[in-house]
Amino acid sequence: MTTVAEIFSTMAYGPAPEGDAEARAWLAAHGAAFGHFVNGRFTAAGAASFETREPATGRVLARIAQGSAADVAAAVAAAGAALPAWQALSGHERARHLYALARMVQRHSRLFAVVEALDNGKSIRETRDLDVPLVARHFTHHAGWAQLLEAEFPGHEAVGVVGQVIPWNFPLLMLAWKVAPALAAGCTVVLKPAEYTSLTALLFAELAHAAGLPAGVLNIVTGDGRTGAALVEHPGVAKVAFTGSTEVGRVIRTAIAGSGKALTLELGGKSPFLVFEDADLDGAVEGVVDAIWFNQGQVCCAGSRLLVQESVHDAFVAKLRARMETLRVGGPLDKAVDMGAIVDPVQRDRIAGLVAQGEAQGATRWQPSWAVPAQGCWYPPTLFTNVETSNVIAREEIFGPVLVTMPFRTPAESVALANNTPYGLAASVWSENINLALDIAPKLKAGVVWINATNLFDAAAGFGGYRESGYGREGGREGFVEYLVPSWEKRIGRAPRVVRPAARAARSAAARSAAAPAARIAPDAGHALPGPAVDRTAKLFVGGKQARPDAGYSRVILDPQGRAIGEVGEGNRKDLRNAVEAAQAAAPGWAATSGHARAQVLYYLAENLSARADEFAGRIRAQTGAAAEDAANEVDLAVRRLFTYAAWADKHDGAIHSVPIRGVALAFHEPVGVVAAVAPADCPLLGFVSFVAPLVAAGNAVVAVPSERHPLSATDFYQVLDTSDVPAGVVNIVTGARDPLAKVLAEHDDVEAIWYHGSHEGATAVERASAGNLKRTWARWWPVDWMHAEQGEGRAYLRQAVQVKNVWIPWGE
Amino acid sequence: MIRPSAGTGTAARVAPADAGGTALVHVPAPLVRNPGEPLDLAAVRAIRVNRSAAERRAATLPARRTVKKQWQAAWLLKAVTLMDLTTLQGDDTPANVRRLCAKARQPVRPDLLEAMGASALPIRAGAVCVYHPFVAAAVDALRGSGIPVAAVSTAFPSGLAPMATRLAEVRASVADGAAEIDMVITRGLVLRGEWQALYDEVAAVRAMCGEAHLKVILGTGELATLTNIARASWVAMQAGADFIKTSTGKESVNATLPVSLAMVRMIRAYRERSGVLVGYKPAGGIRTAKQALDYLALMKEELGDRWLAPDLFRFGASALLTDVERQLEHFVTGRYAAAHRMPMP
Repeated sequence: MTTVAEIFSTMAYGPAPEGDAEARAWLAAHGAAFGHFVNGRFTAAGAASFETREPATGRVLARIAQGSAADVAAAVAAAGAALPAWQALSGHERARHLYALARMVQRHSRLFAVVEALDNGKSIRETRDLDVPLVARHFTHHAGWAQLLEAEFPGHEAVGVVGQVIPWNFPLLMLAWKVAPALAAGCTVVLKPAEYTSLTALLFAELAHAAGLPAGVLNIVTGDGRTGAALVEHPGVAKVAFTGSTEVGRVIRTAIAGSGKALTLELGGKSPFLVFEDADLDGAVEGVVDAIWFNQGQVCCAGSRLLVQESVHDAFVAKLRARMETLRVGGPLDKAVDMGAIVDPVQRDRIAGLVAQGEAQGATRWQPSWAVPAQGCWYPPTLFTNVETSNVIAREEIFGPVLVTMPFRTPAESVALANNTPYGLAASVWSENINLALDIAPKLKAGVVWINATNLFDAAAGFGGYRESGYGREGGREGFVEYLVPSWEKRIGRAPRVVRPAARAARSAAARSAAAPAARIAPDAGHALPGPAVDRTAKLFVGGKQARPDAGYSRVILDPQGRAIGEVGEGNRKDLRNAVEAAQAAAPGWAATSGHARAQVLYYLAENLSARADEFAGRIRAQTGAAAEDAANEVDLAVRRLFTYAAWADKHDGAIHSVPIRGVALAFHEPVGVVAAVAPADCPLLGFVSFVAPLVAAGNAVVAVPSERHPLSATDFYQVLDTSDVPAGVVNIVTGARDPLAKVLAEHDDVEAIWYHGSHEGATAVERASAGNLKRTWARWWPVDWMHAEQGEGRAYLRQAVQVKNVWIPWGE
Repeated sequence: MIRPSAGTGTAARVAPADAGGTALVHVPAPLVRNPGEPLDLAAVRAIRVNRSAAERRAATLPARRTVKKQWQAAWLLKAVTLMDLTTLQGDDTPANVRRLCAKARQPVRPDLLEAMGASALPIRAGAVCVYHPFVAAAVDALRGSGIPVAAVSTAFPSGLAPMATRLAEVRASVADGAAEIDMVITRGLVLRGEWQALYDEVAAVRAMCGEAHLKVILGTGELATLTNIARASWVAMQAGADFIKTSTGKESVNATLPVSLAMVRMIRAYRERSGVLVGYKPAGGIRTAKQALDYLALMKEELGDRWLAPDLFRFGASALLTDVERQLEHFVTGRYAAAHRMPMP
């Protein structure tokens, strides 16, 4: 035994173990074998099962059931059965339940912390000080949203049964992020934990039930990816929420395309950590420790790319290496370790493989002089220098304690390097210059930016990504709303098979356009144009200029009687390519334009449209055969809608979230960027304006595809755009066959979101194709009354037109 | 190594070996006394400390490091040897100073040391710290123990006496046998950014100290910001401080972990730049054994094991020892202990 006298001389650290007797007693009480938790009880632990292990030792902890399609179906059925009663509770009654869950977590906090540490391998310090308190925090916070639901979200209701699939890195915390808002909104849940880490979800469900949560409201089905696939694809699920890899996110997006299920994805990242020369370098070193050696680097928002200003690069790397020498890796139940075990040998081998590739590609690896334990699943903290942007370790998410470092010269270059990734989850900015820090934060493509801090989380602030890091937010108002749906959509039955006459007409038109080329030449008979007028050929509108279609074809536009009333360009993929390039060129400037200036432009559009009201009404009548009164009304509503978004342009404010730091989290409403707007078939003018105006008001650049049958109102509209100070490229119009054009746009990697209204087939194709760059989609095929303000305009549109960036700003000198 | 006792004049740059060490006791490498260096104003102004980041590190460090059982006992014994047992009251007399000195010689009950197998260890306080009038009494009481006497000279605690007066007090304290001088700086010089004046002030006291080691008290509770504290630390070290010290114990806010973090990082930076090791002394507000362990962990993590020795680290404390002794008794007996069972300092 090490004696006091010896330690007095060495001043070494000793073991500081957290007891695990209670956790093991819980496992033993279940015979170390678990079924699913469905409808308020555990199912029998059957033969189809797998082992869950303790990563630190490799020892088996328990057997976990492998959920079959039938298990998933039973759980979804239980959730569906529980839904009406749960949804019928008042917000206050659900708030009581959520509050009880928060209290339950606090009462059993150490049990949760120890089970999590055993099962995942992460340190008890983190589970005890971070995961579990945040879990309780999420339930408390969302008890509040339940309480406020009726008052704060009128006209909205729970989306329904939710299928949730969560990862292994923060098993219980991710459960809380998913379950708390769902239950608060009135949804019922089927959740599948990751197969490496099912235990805390099962423990939570058991204790939640004991705390009075009604049977069927929360169901846990365990298993691997097959179980998850069965869950997300189950027709009884109205919304899918997934946290995990971008790869699986794509699979889910593709799998449920056209299902009518709402989807939020929180995916991978390769988050930058920017250190400027005026930063507190010692403080920033600790920031790096929290960024990449927190949870062994198995963090979706890990700051895994260290970008350091060249003038302090070498000094900073030296400080970092010295700090790495003092990190301690060890058993997760030791209270004095910085890093625990890697979750599974598969993951460790993946890390080691990427590290080897990185070295082979020329980067310099550095690891501290000490060794990780011989037994168990470990990986040491690792620092790479001499990393070029092309190196695999600079591009791929490693999901381990591996940091890559690159120097930058200027703030502009730091932003360019930071954004040089398909991901966009988080970023950390270190500078003592407020001007610099607050200039950089909005330029970073990331859903969360921490200034002089990193990996801060709270239930009151939204968390989620840009780009291929997913969409949707968790936490805050912006996260809660993801579990709500407008009641009018519920009333009309938001489902794939609801097809109303208008939509049916659109569908058949789409089917026609897909089946055969459009008419190129006007039929001889019944020419509706009067006599020998000056030819007026509608072209495409790209980059502020009228453009001839690349293909050199036109399509004839017919009136309801089948008479030709004009021709428009037959847009093709190259026209869309040009339009997207023009939009990309215009987007930064438009995004930086003030809300007031954007409002001016929208008012001006309304003014100029109003001046030509009769002409636009006439064009509507000519295309659709609408009554004069209806056509005039549509023009008037379009003017009003432009006013609405002119009004919103300087009012769709973000929020200051009340987070538990000395400082704030600012929730910015940033434009999405370049958005494709595939406009509705009916209401040729109002439908087009309903899509374009909110996007423009929010600061996006738009590539619009007008109504395929009635495009002339949109092509007339470019003259209004031309005379209303709309900067070139902010609105681009490409006419032609809707669904083929929509598919090209949905596939385009430089289009950041797509709005679509049309056929079910078209919407399905859009959602499926969006998986490429995981652009946000808002694809609808159910009828929308564009004349109706509740359905055709307002906050729902603005919400789709922005993405929320939470910038955490601690302060204090 | 701070001189073991007054009057044993040794070369300034080489320290004597740790007196009374056993084979088990780590003997630190001899310390080169900080010779100081010219003031580098650009370096001072470039120093920045982000308060929120420092507070986060300070808040999580005690959660990241803990010692239990015999490790805790050994660390607490180490803490005892790092204490500047202090009495700085207006009603001090030779009697209570002598009592403190006796406690410094035997800070832990011998039966506890024996039970821990630590009887052979050199467990005695790091120093005894008094006002100038009691230096002679303390030197007398500690004669032969190897425990130095520290004097808070320079118009403690405000420091706002004429420079000549302050220097005269230093000279008198050294003459009375003080081996260490704890000076206070003029806080206003920091608040006004008068770095050269601060440098000159510290350098003048250092010159007057001669062989006595100089601890520079920054009065951190009155310096407003961590950046000011870090800059003042740097200037004090360039001016020749052997130790930098947080507080007089008389400010409303004394030693804290974030303040300590800002200061020890400057010590690290000074070492990286000049190769010289400067000591650190948090003072005021450290009353519990748990706090003492947190400070030891801070030193170990931020500066390394070399700073876990009395020539580079001291606690300025008066109430701390009794709590440490209680925890040691708890380690020995398994029963929670009472303060009145420990001989009072």
